[in-house]
Amino acid sequence: MKKLIGIAAAGAMLVALAGCANGAGEASGPKPLDELVVGFSQVGSESGWRTANTKDIQAAFEEAGIELKFSDAQQKQENQIKAIRSYIQQQVDVIAFSPVVETGWDAVLNEAKAAGIPVVLTDRAVDSKDDSLYESFLGSDFVVEGEKAGAWALAEFADATEPVEIIQLEGTTGAAPAIDRAEGFAEVIAENPNLQVVASQTGDFTRAGGKQVTEALLKSNPGVDLIYAHNDDMGLGAIEAIEAAGLVPGVDIKILTIDAVKDGMQALADGKINYIVECSPLLGKQLVEIVEQINAGETPEKRIITEEGEFNQEQAIEALPDRQY
Amino acid sequence: MSALFARVVAHRLFWPVVMLLVLFTINLIAFPGFFTVTIRDGHLFGSLIDILRNGAPTLIIAIGMTLVIATRGIDLSVGAVCAISGAVACSIILGSPTPGSLSTVAVAVTVAMLIALVLGMWNGFLVAVVGVQPIIATLILMTAGRGIAMLITEGQILTVNSPPFKFLGSGFWFGIPIAVIIAAVVFAVAALVTRRTALGMFIESVGINPEASRQAGVRARGLLFVVYTFSAFCAAIAGLILTANTAAADANNTGLFIELDAILAVVIGGTSLAGGRYSLVGTLVGALVIQTLVTTVYTVGIPPIATMVFKAAVVTAVCLLQSPTTAEALRGFRQRLAIRAGKGVAAS
Repeated sequence: MKKLIGIAAAGAMLVALAGCANGAGEASGPKPLDELVVGFSQVGSESGWRTANTKDIQAAFEEAGIELKFSDAQQKQENQIKAIRSYIQQQVDVIAFSPVVETGWDAVLNEAKAAGIPVVLTDRAVDSKDDSLYESFLGSDFVVEGEKAGAWALAEFADATEPVEIIQLEGTTGAAPAIDRAEGFAEVIAENPNLQVVASQTGDFTRAGGKQVTEALLKSNPGVDLIYAHNDDMGLGAIEAIEAAGLVPGVDIKILTIDAVKDGMQALADGKINYIVECSPLLGKQLVEIVEQINAGETPEKRIITEEGEFNQEQAIEALPDRQY
Repeated sequence: MSALFARVVAHRLFWPVVMLLVLFTINLIAFPGFFTVTIRDGHLFGSLIDILRNGAPTLIIAIGMTLVIATRGIDLSVGAVCAISGAVACSIILGSPTPGSLSTVAVAVTVAMLIALVLGMWNGFLVAVVGVQPIIATLILMTAGRGIAMLITEGQILTVNSPPFKFLGSGFWFGIPIAVIIAAVVFAVAALVTRRTALGMFIESVGINPEASRQAGVRARGLLFVVYTFSAFCAAIAGLILTANTAAADANNTGLFIELDAILAVVIGGTSLAGGRYSLVGTLVGALVIQTLVTTVYTVGIPPIATMVFKAAVVTAVCLLQSPTTAEALRGFRQRLAIRAGKGVAAS
């Protein structure tokens, strides 16, 4: 292992030297890992998923012996921008963050670029024309997740002769997963004109939000057949609302969610949720690898996708005992 | 007849009530079954019941906020107190070997309330004894409080499986949601204690002129102390209802921005932020307007992107209609109309 690091370091040094020769002078050569400082700005801890994500990243950096400065933006973009600015001032080696919303990042990312600090996006993307503002984007492909969810809905209601009414519980308005999961789902279900999204509202990725929206929408759309929630927590809220309306979740109204956190998997195993598309939060290791690559002067892939699966009830019962989050 | 009409229009609750009726009408057009209340599984079921139940936490907090605002103060920390009380209750229930027993839940709720009372006294101490401006004093707890709640939950969402606790948020008593009953009790107690005794007048006098009321023998210090403690007490009740509603303590989101909704409810209800006269009935109407607004967004199907703008438009309309300047302009307009109508009659 030491030897490998040595070789990598030597290689990186060469790259750095070449860099110097070119007169760019941006890379100052690889640092030993214990001198590296990475600033990470997390969205918040709005769900069990996010907590697992935070823990995994913190654990991975501790194991690698890299110092991680962590800040929680509590779902607010201004907090996140403040955190990134403070990381720039502290001259950390790499900044990683999960953007709360997609837009409005150009200014602060340009500041990071001007300071020569590479930026890695985790889990969520930014909507910017200039993709030189970040080194790499590590995370799930939310459009694919939406497509997987749509594919299940297509198969589940393939025999339906009457219109299938769908309520969509969207994530936080403007957030990448909310936009992409809606888009992927809509594209796939367009294949069968019987599948109709009759109402779509934001539940802010929270249980309370999912519950309140479902309560209201169940009354104005009594014939609903399927609820598609952009995360497990909103689906769990929807279950409460359906039960309060005297209906049986998973039977009278089917529920399809994304994420696969423990509470969600438990509901799936209990038959209250019908299907979950996984969105894995365990990307700490991959993030450490990217940081090491950047430190070694290599260019990481621009887009790295996390590995994820899908679960039905039997698979959930099987996977549940090993679920960490 | 027109004199009666003028008096009704001049009443400070006229426009909020009109706005509430307008929102009801919009809902009724979008969803004809809006007013239908049926009995399902032995309890009341319908959109109106949802509005009352979901509006209960905001109303409870707004009642405490009304008294605080009447003393020319403000309490920004209520949302954080909500989060703390929920976090405390859930962590006690989770830590107990018998999460489903009534005594465990009773202990959890009592401890959560006591902690909230201490937090309220802290606010009261800062405002009444140290003399910090209320907005700053309560801002301290607003910012720090969520951090405290996060420490208690260790950043996790604590899901509890405790039927008696859940009952608090989504249970029914004689078919009526528990949350609504609790809100009604808090409202009745606040109304009785402040309006049937001189307490309400003391609160108003402190709000209008603290120095004059001190010289008149009103003990402002003790009064402020009580008012801020009561506000935290209300916040704790609301926090427990919100937490029990989903049977999960979410330190980040429980009661998030509820202080703003509560202040808005008070203001829509006609209580001035400058202190002095307050109206608990007004606050009740204000809280209903806010919750109906939320429900309207869902029933009408306003796209999430436009939701904020819609809410802002409604709130702006209520505030503008209520303002003395608008009232003055309207009165002038009506007088001109009356004169013109009078002339018309005379000419024919």
